[in-house]
Amino acid sequence: MEITLRSLWTMIHGMGFGALYLLASSGALVELWRLTTPSPASGSTPGQERFLKIYLISMAVLAWAAVLTGAYVIYPWYRAAPPPGTVDLSLFPQRLLLSSPATAGWHSLGMEWKEHVAWFAPISITMVAFVFIRYGRDLVNHKQLRAAVLGFAAASFIAAGVAGFFGAMLNKNAPVQGGPVIQLSRGGEK
Amino acid sequence: MNLPARASQSHPPALTNGSGAAAILSAGIGVFVLAVLAVAADQLAPVNAALVFYKPTGVLSGVTTAAILVWLITWVAIDLQWRKKTVAMSLMSSVAFTLLILSFLLTFPPIADLF
Repeated sequence: MEITLRSLWTMIHGMGFGALYLLASSGALVELWRLTTPSPASGSTPGQERFLKIYLISMAVLAWAAVLTGAYVIYPWYRAAPPPGTVDLSLFPQRLLLSSPATAGWHSLGMEWKEHVAWFAPISITMVAFVFIRYGRDLVNHKQLRAAVLGFAAASFIAAGVAGFFGAMLNKNAPVQGGPVIQLSRGGEK
Repeated sequence: MNLPARASQSHPPALTNGSGAAAILSAGIGVFVLAVLAVAADQLAPVNAALVFYKPTGVLSGVTTAAILVWLITWVAIDLQWRKKTVAMSLMSSVAFTLLILSFLLTFPPIADLF
């Protein structure tokens, strides 16, 4: 069982940072709603508030890690130009997608949207984390501030969802591959 | 029986809303600048060339770096002004969400290509 370095980085970016961020988003929305809504059923202990602060900081770290690895590690491999005369485009995903009308849209719509909209997630969730750390339970008393924080948290979820969906589809149609091979295990013959 | 301290009822706010409003408005400005730079870099060759900060990543490096710098500088500047003030949150929120929605639309390629 082996994997190439580029595939490993793509997995770290997409499944490690991106997917974990998406999983965390729904939890953040629920907890933000629960801890900052003035109702008898809501409310928070200092421990729950501290937990959500750490949770939101972790989400911001995940979001920044996802966009930075995407833009500076994987994207250069994705958009690399093949040497003139290259017939096999499997190591040049962008060119491979654009070489066929059936797949060109995954780049011209998918990657073109994903590469920009993905950055809305870290910007939004950093702001959300900052506001919750600063105001904490006092957000209960700031109705419009609370609504805006929830709105931006939802927007970060949508932005990450768009990026995640197109990232998965791009990698399905033209995977980023190549580089040194990493042997994970040596399987026996059956 | 000891019950945990809970904050479920509304009370007068302990903090003014200025700092939160600054964070929300600057986030809206940050994503909007990113979207505008993305469209500008796509349509204008000089802007495209100027925003290639890191060649392997291409113009995306400049678009995002410039937008992040604008976001952070704007955030600090507005926060310093509003930190101890109470501002019109509904207006700031409306502006921030308008910028956010416009940014989603501007980065969507079929709309970005209209410019």
